[in-house]
Amino acid sequence: MSEKLLTDLSVNEEAEIVEIRGGRGMQGRLRALGLAEGQHVKKLSGVGFGGPVIILINRAQVAIGRGMARRIIVRTDHTNG
Amino acid sequence: MAETCHGVTPKKTNRVSADILLVGQPNVGKSVLFSRMTGIRTIASNYPGTTVGYTTGRMRFANDIYDVVDAPGTYSLEPLDDAARVAVNLIDDAVRIINVVDATHLERHLTLTLELLAQGKPMVIALNMSDEARHKGIEIDVAKLAQRLGVPVIPTVARTGEGVRRLILATLALDIDKQKVPGIGYEKKGGRSVTGHPHILHHPEANHKGHKHIPEQTVWRRVGKVVNEVQTLHNHHHTFGQWLEDASVHPVWGGLVAMLVLAVSFILIRMIGEFLIGGGIGIVGNPWVELPFGTEKLFDVAWKPVMMKLSGLLGEGSFLHNLFIGQLIGGQIDFMQSFGILTSGLFIPLGAVLPYIVSFYFVLGLLEDTGYLPRLAVFLDNVMHRLGLHGYAIIPTLLGLGCNVPGVMATRILETKRQRFITATLISIAVPCAALQAMIIGLVGDRGLWPVALIYGILFVVWIGIGLILRFTSKGFRPELLIEIPPYRAPSWRALGSKLWMRVTGFLKEALPVVLGAVVVVNLLYQFNVFTYIARATAPVMSFLWGLPKEAIVPLLVGILRKDVAIGMFAPLNLTIKQLVIGSVVLSMFFPCIATLVILFRELGWKDGLKSIGIMLAAVIVVGAAINLLWP
Repeated sequence: MSEKLLTDLSVNEEAEIVEIRGGRGMQGRLRALGLAEGQHVKKLSGVGFGGPVIILINRAQVAIGRGMARRIIVRTDHTNG
Repeated sequence: MAETCHGVTPKKTNRVSADILLVGQPNVGKSVLFSRMTGIRTIASNYPGTTVGYTTGRMRFANDIYDVVDAPGTYSLEPLDDAARVAVNLIDDAVRIINVVDATHLERHLTLTLELLAQGKPMVIALNMSDEARHKGIEIDVAKLAQRLGVPVIPTVARTGEGVRRLILATLALDIDKQKVPGIGYEKKGGRSVTGHPHILHHPEANHKGHKHIPEQTVWRRVGKVVNEVQTLHNHHHTFGQWLEDASVHPVWGGLVAMLVLAVSFILIRMIGEFLIGGGIGIVGNPWVELPFGTEKLFDVAWKPVMMKLSGLLGEGSFLHNLFIGQLIGGQIDFMQSFGILTSGLFIPLGAVLPYIVSFYFVLGLLEDTGYLPRLAVFLDNVMHRLGLHGYAIIPTLLGLGCNVPGVMATRILETKRQRFITATLISIAVPCAALQAMIIGLVGDRGLWPVALIYGILFVVWIGIGLILRFTSKGFRPELLIEIPPYRAPSWRALGSKLWMRVTGFLKEALPVVLGAVVVVNLLYQFNVFTYIARATAPVMSFLWGLPKEAIVPLLVGILRKDVAIGMFAPLNLTIKQLVIGSVVLSMFFPCIATLVILFRELGWKDGLKSIGIMLAAVIVVGAAINLLWP
């Protein structure tokens, strides 16, 4: 069980969102797409050179700009908690 | 002034009361459903945010007429953005609501459903894309879902029309006199306040006054519970489509896919366009095969003899001859140069431009409906960041390559004023529309392919250059890309055809009168020698700065009406290749056409509109002079 940034997940690694560090606008936009504390995500790919991170959440693909992804803290422990 | 290039006018300000209001998250197919119900064609695509503003229409059903409104897609009723604010106002005034949800992502869409239920309006849920859900092995117990939510749930497939009749029947069967008791997720405490809408509270630190909130954790828990009860997931195989989905956002493969897709798109546009014009099939240089077909041949074989007869009747040099036929070139009508209403006035829009409008919008429709565009946006995100934008700005830009008007309007899908300003300014200066491109290819292409490539190259550099400058000079928050990437879908040919038809007829309706009007005005001004005086006055700028003959001011001014007509006016000036390239670049940049100008000011406001025009003027002077200086 370890906490890291969403950007630091490796491809195909699954994790649970622990914290979203951002203002009201950012929180709202993320939550609208289902990204909230306690939700499970799987990283699909990262476009290189500072490009967005692509994750799978609730079977939907979501692309998140790198700066925003860096403010999402995840936990990579998977015992279905 | 119509607001779009394609017929339907999305309303922006006035409040309307809908008999039936379609509400749902972006990209669930509200617009397609709306078209099914009202018979009104709308532009629907496979990416979020296609409906900017809202669309109203009438539905005739069982001898009654109902006003149907298609609300902009919104993720939540919390008024964080314009779309949500518009939706909230529409909900207030609506009689019945159809909540369109995506059957393949129930857990995400039900959060909005719970907020809507809490508004207490009579409501039906359209479980859309249920065919895709079946395909993906997602089984939903519809009866149970309806029972848990307390409102009717109707599975639909808007694309094919499946379930739409049942949906309408269920909607009209709603009891509209009795306001529904709010469903789960909302604890009713007293009456609703006038301004407060129950919505999910995403920001616990915010002020609670005048608002009704549904605690967020409660909503997620309830949605989770409902979804667990009604949804069964079956295993399914990794399809070819999913493999492609992974490849197109992959760091390495994504780049190759993007280059391949863009290259194929350009080749397709050129092949289809050239085929429709001249019947030739080929990619570069002379066509490999030539068929006796095409708009150019039609004009030459069928229209020219008629016009020559008319020319004889009117008598060369007479006022009417000048107006309808124009000048004879070597005793013959030249559709590019003669410049009469019935010669160039018809040939430019119908013979030279229309084929490229058809081919451009056909290919754009393919890119839109398959769902490739959001992937392109993701892939180009880091490049666009260097221009102070993010990847999604590529979508309005691509639309601008068809016509600047919908391109500038589509900047509304971007979050901040600053992004909208940069994107719209770049489109209006450095993104040539399909009509202009068709004429550049037609006119400059005769001198070889490289001058055409050079014009494109220069405009691309200008686009990047101004973007870089604006990034550092215009202030404002730079948001990050955050989009849902829709799955690839096989486009429906019917939907593709209908969208193409709308865009092409939209072009004809809006371009044809302006083109004819421009030809008349230009002819009249010539008769009264107005251009002679203007040309004398502006000669220093034209020749000293840009190396163009003084008469070249006329096309530049006409370009403010229509760019395609204007560039045709370079034809009789006997320009060198250098002058033709400078002229084409300067004409592309020098003021957007009047339709774009109006939309630009409306979207940006007076202050930013003027700023945008100022940037344009500075850029066109510098760029024109730079090419003139650097080109030996």
